[in-house]
Amino acid sequence: MKLDIRYFAWLRERLGTGHETVETDAGTVAELIEELRGRDEGYAHAFSDTGAIRAAVDEDLVEFDADISRAREVAFFPPMTGG
Amino acid sequence: MDPVRVQEAPFDMGAELNAFATTVGGAGAVVSFSGITRDVASGDLQAMEIEHYAGMTEKALERIRAEAMARFGLTDAMILHRYGRLAPGDPIMMVATASRHRADAFAGAEFLMDYLKSRAPFWKKEVTRSGAEWVAARDEDEDALSRW
Repeated sequence: MKLDIRYFAWLRERLGTGHETVETDAGTVAELIEELRGRDEGYAHAFSDTGAIRAAVDEDLVEFDADISRAREVAFFPPMTGG
Repeated sequence: MDPVRVQEAPFDMGAELNAFATTVGGAGAVVSFSGITRDVASGDLQAMEIEHYAGMTEKALERIRAEAMARFGLTDAMILHRYGRLAPGDPIMMVATASRHRADAFAGAEFLMDYLKSRAPFWKKEVTRSGAEWVAARDEDEDALSRW
């Protein structure tokens, strides 16, 4: 399936892009991360510490075991610093 | 006026508070909080850059506001948050709450701030003469949610 992925803050800077569309069969956020890590060194490095990364599926904050089989967009970002 | 606003433009917190206070029918208390762009310890902050996740930000803020309204029986509540490049001393954001008695308005404003800190998709970056650095999330901010 086609999936839009968004990256924010230092994750966006490290990967050099804020948005990409991928073809994936990943069933969960964790599986998608594994897939991205396997791409190249840059992705492996950016996703090396998943404790420092949060995820959202279709604009809702989720845990990494969240189902993405019907998702349109997944976003990755560091812990938020609003206010 | 939309009770949740996310904007790049500066705002006048006095005018915002007055506008809010004049539309809260039945309330006996209004509480507001404003966040200001703080200088770094070394005193050479040039700018604060705020990135956000357009779409998710509005959804998250509307959810937080609805939760505060229901939990504390607020008469009304507003959230305004800026993004983009801010100068030291610039207002970043504000919340205001209204209720029949002050305790709920105070608690509601604290609740809004605690959730906004770590559940609204904003990221701050401090730009100084020596470079730019993303502001790290603080454990205390995450811990603050457990009291609700």
